[in-house]
Amino acid sequence: MARAFTPKVVTANDLLVGDVIYQTEDDSWTRELSQAELITDEAHAQVRLLDAARQASKVVGAYLADAVAGKNGPEPTHFREDFRRTGPSNYAHGKQETSPQPRA
Amino acid sequence: MYRYSEFDTAFLAERNAQFRAQVERRIDGSLTEDEFKPLRLMNGLYLQLHAYMLRVAIPYGTLNSAQMRQLALLAEKWDKGYGHFTTRQNIQYNWPKLNDVPDMLDALAEVGMHAIQTSGNTIRNVTADHFAGAAADEVADPRPYAELLRQWSTDHPEFQFMPRKFKIAITGSENDRAVIKAHDIGLQLVERDGVLGARVIVGGGLGRTPMIGKELSEFVAFDDLLAYLEATVSVWNQIGRRDNKYKARIKITVHEHGIDAIRAKVNERFLKVRPQFKGADMNLLEEIKGHFAPPAYRQASVASFESAYTNDPVFRSWVDTNIAPHKNADHAIVTISIKKHGATPGDATAEQMRVMAGLAEEFAYDELRISHEQNVILPHVHKSDLPAIHAKLKEHELATANIGLISDIIACPGMDYCALATARSIPVAQEIATRFENLKLEHDIGHLKIKISGCINACGHHHVGHIGILGLDRAGVENYQITLGGDATETAAIGDRTGPGFAYDEIVPAVERIVDTYLNQRASAEETFLETYRRVGMAPFKDALYPEARANAA
Repeated sequence: MARAFTPKVVTANDLLVGDVIYQTEDDSWTRELSQAELITDEAHAQVRLLDAARQASKVVGAYLADAVAGKNGPEPTHFREDFRRTGPSNYAHGKQETSPQPRA
Repeated sequence: MYRYSEFDTAFLAERNAQFRAQVERRIDGSLTEDEFKPLRLMNGLYLQLHAYMLRVAIPYGTLNSAQMRQLALLAEKWDKGYGHFTTRQNIQYNWPKLNDVPDMLDALAEVGMHAIQTSGNTIRNVTADHFAGAAADEVADPRPYAELLRQWSTDHPEFQFMPRKFKIAITGSENDRAVIKAHDIGLQLVERDGVLGARVIVGGGLGRTPMIGKELSEFVAFDDLLAYLEATVSVWNQIGRRDNKYKARIKITVHEHGIDAIRAKVNERFLKVRPQFKGADMNLLEEIKGHFAPPAYRQASVASFESAYTNDPVFRSWVDTNIAPHKNADHAIVTISIKKHGATPGDATAEQMRVMAGLAEEFAYDELRISHEQNVILPHVHKSDLPAIHAKLKEHELATANIGLISDIIACPGMDYCALATARSIPVAQEIATRFENLKLEHDIGHLKIKISGCINACGHHHVGHIGILGLDRAGVENYQITLGGDATETAAIGDRTGPGFAYDEIVPAVERIVDTYLNQRASAEETFLETYRRVGMAPFKDALYPEARANAA
């Protein structure tokens, strides 16, 4: 039996800056995981990933990352995605510079 | 120091212009990412977890002050004010923007530096003993040969699409500071009957299948060495496995075919390749040697050094740990620790880089080195200048006296930066260093090398650490495996796994238990951690790490 589908967000890196971005419902890109579109339907997830892949002049390496619905929007389920949405732990660089986002 | 010829300068300018055009075509949509990726990797540009990363080669770890200042400029102008020195004598910038990279490469070219072949399935930056040209124990300075290898391997038409990457390290000393037994090819310069040549080690490597290199030839004279190396890489290029990325390195080829079969193939190939080398390489080597002539060592009294050593305990402690013997008795080799307790191993700010450049210019015949252990070296310093150097280093948080001690940790960037990582390594290194600094035990513990990698690719050399730590992802949680008894020197060994791994918040206490066990077990204060481990074996350390297993067995 196929594994049950778990909710996802479409994430990638920005072509010019290289930072982590997420696809939103209105088909734009955000730096905040909490503003990403949380996809709960598997077929829709594939369509949204194709939408992202078509934007090769904006984004690099789009993929579907596991996420769960939180109080303020999607939250990561794995520590790798938690680091991606925050930044490195040795300096307050990356997303921590502009938007303080304490780790769960 | 090697000075670029007109050919080198023109080659680099052309290459940078090509890459600038490739970046433009990627941005305007003419190139897809699949097309662009191999091109950017050839020029050292990775896409990591939070940003691009530019890896710049520091060939055989040698720099002059102008080059170090240019590295500082790059850090300040196009990055976040710092750079990260790596275990392969490279420097990495963690935050460049794609648009800026062509300008960064042009700025590097101004001082004869580049990022070519710092990635991809090519021959990578040739690394060398960081004490080369200065060490009291060396047969000859390995850097002229390393520079010859750099020129030979750069854009070598036969070696651009190999089964996998290929790493060469070279040392001129019996005491191996370049980890030659953990490289695809390791070279140790040796002299036989007045002829200079190299002992050739092949098939070493860490990563998912760690192997200690085997001797391919006990002596190849310089005249034949380049042909011999070309034959070796060529044999592997032909029979190395391309079906499985994880079995593609030459260590697997050597393992599967056996060293004797590989030697026979290399010798056969060597006979074919040799006639193509008509002596031009030896003429070039002679010319390169001129660039690496030793400095005219200053003659002066060392009385001021001796007085400071006697009277200033902080200076004395720094000298005792961070200074190594120089071949000129009035001189010393200074290792500048860029591992202040709690700091990120290998990181230096632009200001620190400029300070070190200034010290090199004023006191060290304009030379600096980067070690694979992620520190910076002033290779030639007159002893009378040591107090002034130490005073300046203190002002810039560069005077930590911890070389070879428990806080002199090698750590890869881990999951704080690297897209391949499975766990973090930097915070583990920071916390171990801070913990033992608080305990004030570091100098009592003595010589102890901790090496940490954030994935099995082992950039942090964990297999050859006296204590090795490997960060893994176990069911979505960071987990750290420990190995003991690894050795990166001429007596190279792969460490033994202690048993099950430890959670992130358990790893520092686990290291503390290992160190306590060593302190209890050692025969005397002079017996090092590695010596104790070799004498008593794994059992007491296991007992300390897994008391519940012991209780269950009882």
